Amino acid sequence: MSESFTKGMARNIYYGGSVFFLLIFLALTFHTTKEMPKRDHRENLTEAVERGKALWEENNCIGCHTLIGEGAYFAPELGNVFDRRGGEANFKAFFSGWMKAQPLNIPGRRQMPNFHLSDEEIDDLAEFLKWTSKMDTNNWPPNIEG
Amino acid sequence: MNTLKYQSQAVAKPYFIFALILFVGQILFGLIMGLQYVVGDFLAGAIPFNVARMVHTNLLIVWLLFGFMGSAYYMVPEESETELYSPKLAMILFWVFAAAGVATILGYLLVPYSTLAEITYNDLWPTMGREFLEMPTITKIGVVVVALGFLFNLGMTVLKGRKTAITMVLMTGLIGLAVFFLFAFYNPSNLALDKLFWWFVVHLWVEGVWELIMGAILAYVLIKITGVDREVIEKWLYVIIAMALISGILGTGHHFYWLTTPEYWQWIGSVFSAIEPLPFFAMVLYAFNMVNRRRREHPNKAATLWALGTAVMAFLGAGVWGFLHTLSPVNYYTHGSQITAAHGHMAFYGAYAMIVMTIISYAMPKLRGIGEANCNRAQVREMWGFWLMTVAMVFITLFLTGAGVLQVWLQRLPESGEALSFMATQDKLEIFYWLREIAGVVFLLGLIAYLTSFWVTEKEA
Repeated sequence: MSESFTKGMARNIYYGGSVFFLLIFLALTFHTTKEMPKRDHRENLTEAVERGKALWEENNCIGCHTLIGEGAYFAPELGNVFDRRGGEANFKAFFSGWMKAQPLNIPGRRQMPNFHLSDEEIDDLAEFLKWTSKMDTNNWPPNIEG
Repeated sequence: MNTLKYQSQAVAKPYFIFALILFVGQILFGLIMGLQYVVGDFLAGAIPFNVARMVHTNLLIVWLLFGFMGSAYYMVPEESETELYSPKLAMILFWVFAAAGVATILGYLLVPYSTLAEITYNDLWPTMGREFLEMPTITKIGVVVVALGFLFNLGMTVLKGRKTAITMVLMTGLIGLAVFFLFAFYNPSNLALDKLFWWFVVHLWVEGVWELIMGAILAYVLIKITGVDREVIEKWLYVIIAMALISGILGTGHHFYWLTTPEYWQWIGSVFSAIEPLPFFAMVLYAFNMVNRRRREHPNKAATLWALGTAVMAFLGAGVWGFLHTLSPVNYYTHGSQITAAHGHMAFYGAYAMIVMTIISYAMPKLRGIGEANCNRAQVREMWGFWLMTVAMVFITLFLTGAGVLQVWLQRLPESGEALSFMATQDKLEIFYWLREIAGVVFLLGLIAYLTSFWVTEKEA
């Protein structure tokens, strides 16, 4: 690097640039949180959804599955599982049956544990997954398979 | 023989040793998971995949934190030209952090996660069950306490001594690390908001403030092993981390594409994360440049190898493999696929595991009273470890990338109805997962070679 470009100049770019872009980032984040109510349909966030999210977390579902693409890549995406597995008409029946059938014990197949949830808890979790599937995710995932 | 310039630097030693112990654990659990990818029911009852993964990723984070702390305790007294403010506090915090870490990992392994949530009163302040932030709330509070004590100790040392660019950058990085961790305590019931601010911890750590810590450690080691003028190295350091933050802060946008956010993030995220490889490329130029312009022949060849290696591998893993899937139209198809896993592995190894091993390689001979460098035989063994681990990681990344490309091709690109399901796709990826597991075993062999190098001595003449 040229001698006329001094350490002091480099330092000022570092401090000035970082602070400048941090402020822009914070302003945009603020704006984003103001815009999100239009897209995340928080008005439908019921107590059942809230309880469902707590169950999702307390059983570490993210340790195998992805939810809107984030999590582990060991088991299917669940952000759109509501649509993939029956939707309004059939999802809850499917989901309840699925949760109770675990572990499937098929030799060699990846195995989901049984989390011993009550019927009410299974319903809460289903409500959470249903709510999640209706978020406006800019059309992600590209298809129903997630 | 005492080879330390400041006696309080010695507190770094237990931090480094414990970091390496946890590293071994991380790799063993990685191998278990790798096998579960192909033999799905392997240990499924005793160590379900979600538990193994939590242990694998949390051990990584914790061992890197131990490594960063050890690095700071080693570097700051020498940079500040004064003894550490309180070596005793550093040792107390070591034991507190180690005990909390071990207890948490045992909690993951011994009881179901929901039980752990219950007995740690997660319902009072729910923060658990989110990727990488799985630790109980009480452990998170413990981390904050340890971080505060650590920053206080270092801050007092820096204040009473010489201030260098390296200590200033290191301190900004460490303070940033602590500040952004606080977002781990924010867990709204609205998933969209939860995810948005979750990235304030995850992204602003690894693509933000951790890069400052990495830059500071690399600059320190380069000054020591090349003897190049501090002014030159520190100028480069500022330029590199300026680029890292200018690109990386708004680069957070590449995580906001699919989170109910306004469209401008598609552009901001794409443009700024396209710049993110630049600081890593500059780091490669800088590391090789400084070593070529060296004014002394440092006897620790292994440390030089690690310093060059971390720059190259960070560029490949974080820079190139990050760029591969960061543009919004690409990420639409690759998000949450094995491509992400490929990038994660090489980036964490290249940028953060290797920078910690760089400073360990440089500092350990002095901490152990051996001198400037280990004997030749030990260095050769260490370099075997370097090459085996690094080449294995390259192959792990290539195999996961192969798996990811095929996954996107089969599962993401076709229309609904024609696309293969997740599980059907996974069956097609089996060969890649087997090869990845083999590469993982080679990585373990490399780690064993590396660790045994600490016991290698010169042959009796």
